[in-house]
Amino acid sequence: MVVITEFLMKNKNQHWLSYQKEIADDHYYFARSCIRQNFFPASETIFLKILREELGKDIFDDPEQTTCTGIAYHSGILPFETTMTVVARQFALMTEAGYENFICSCVTSFGIYSEVVETWKHFPEEERKSREALMKATGKTFNLPKNLVHTSDIIYKFRDEIAAKATLQLVNQGNGTPLKIVDHIGCHYAKIFPDKGIGGAEYPYVLAGLIDAWGGEQVDYPERRHCCGFGFRQYLIKENRGYSITNSRTKFESMKSYHPDMIIANCPGCTFFLDRWQYVLSEMEGKTYDTDGYGIPVLTYEELAGLVLGYNPWDLGIQLHQVDVEPLLIKMGILYNHNDKFKGLDGVDVGQPDKPQVLKIIL
Amino acid sequence: MNSLHEQLSTDIRFQEGLKTCISCGTCTAICPAAQVSEYDPRVVTETVQRKNEGLLIQLLKGDEIWRCGECLSCKTRCPRGNTPGYIIQALRALSIKTNLFRESEQGLLQLKVKRTAGDHILKYGYCVYIDEVDTDRYPEQGPVWEWYRKNRETILARLGANYNQSGAGTLRKISDQSLHDLHAIFRETGAIDRFQQIEDGCYNGVPDEE
Repeated sequence: MVVITEFLMKNKNQHWLSYQKEIADDHYYFARSCIRQNFFPASETIFLKILREELGKDIFDDPEQTTCTGIAYHSGILPFETTMTVVARQFALMTEAGYENFICSCVTSFGIYSEVVETWKHFPEEERKSREALMKATGKTFNLPKNLVHTSDIIYKFRDEIAAKATLQLVNQGNGTPLKIVDHIGCHYAKIFPDKGIGGAEYPYVLAGLIDAWGGEQVDYPERRHCCGFGFRQYLIKENRGYSITNSRTKFESMKSYHPDMIIANCPGCTFFLDRWQYVLSEMEGKTYDTDGYGIPVLTYEELAGLVLGYNPWDLGIQLHQVDVEPLLIKMGILYNHNDKFKGLDGVDVGQPDKPQVLKIIL
Repeated sequence: MNSLHEQLSTDIRFQEGLKTCISCGTCTAICPAAQVSEYDPRVVTETVQRKNEGLLIQLLKGDEIWRCGECLSCKTRCPRGNTPGYIIQALRALSIKTNLFRESEQGLLQLKVKRTAGDHILKYGYCVYIDEVDTDRYPEQGPVWEWYRKNRETILARLGANYNQSGAGTLRKISDQSLHDLHAIFRETGAIDRFQQIEDGCYNGVPDEE
């Protein structure tokens, strides 16, 4: 019986192997994320630094790119034709810059780019119309990307190279045990097209692979694949935000008994909601989802990679999260200067945030 | 004038979204919206499959089609390759085109989406931009965001961003040429017309600010 159980567990954990995809090795055109730039404003800078300085890769950061329009499209205010043509313009910028490997920082965008390319495959007439609209509106034309992946795929691809340069592991320095880490995968990473995600939709491995490679321990919990609750228009419209917070709450309630040390996400929207809704739930219900009253820190995968590589945590922008990450730094044994936490450029004093009513924060 | 169902059938998202629904309810079981609101993707899919104009009109002027969160979990799980989330995209587009959205409280709330994400794209080149995200409209942002937003120039400079400046980088100012391109694409592909339709439809509907 024990042998059968071990066999099943072993094979269950290998399901992700049936979903693999090609990830280009170098020379990337980088498409930024609206949400990541606003709410995690150092993450893309850290990603570029890791690619260029740690891994020696060529990556082009184009000032002419814009939003992909994904949030507006999924909220029902834009025709699909508009989104397809904006995507065509992004591909035209890539073509003009001499690149063929398109990587994007936003999971909504990854879904949008993948959907547009798939639509053009199945409806060639739509590609012709998008090309005509783009030419008429901007005078541009484009080649399709040869490789189209999300930026978390890139970090996944080079996870062992990053591990080789790491200054620490994902281990609780107090007791030497692996940190228990919840991975949250944005719905549009693999639920639309499971074959475009590492590990597919049911057993996505793109972040779990980082946890395994960097010494942590995955947390498997019942609502692991549940949506964070963004809901596009459901969040944008204040009256509808109950949708969003209720879905995040479903996840927190499901994961809390596993006592996770942190949550990591590959979608900037998910990272944002899983951070901010903990604050709101603490104000509404007077409780937190950890045992010490600080909440469960939520990190982007770039922030996590930066910590593992030994970067100054305040250069990663983690002080801008509402759930304080500082207790996690202590747990990981990271050396840092607390007094630099809330400083501006060149150490300028800009005061401190106010304290929430319930959620603890180290000021 | 073509029937509403004929109009719906010309939408490629509808063509992709509806194969043959066997009404198993898997989509509803997995749907985050169905767990928190009066939304049932199985019923929506079954309704459009019937090709009944009266039932379709009820859908187009009701709140239900606006409840979906577009997570597209339904696409992964449907055993027959349907995607209720795509059907919803086509229904929403037709609801606005036919002005039936004006009869729905949720439909009228599209004005708020247009005046935030929609207008921000044309003004900034981003769906969301820090200058517009205050804690009155977004109280869940919390005190750290309030502190960060108040001191954003120096904090973003410390983090290596290029806030509101020309050139590449985080939160850079999108060039006039790129904004011009976006405007031209929006005009060419019908987005400006849809924006106007939302504005006109909501002229005495909901206020855009709380």
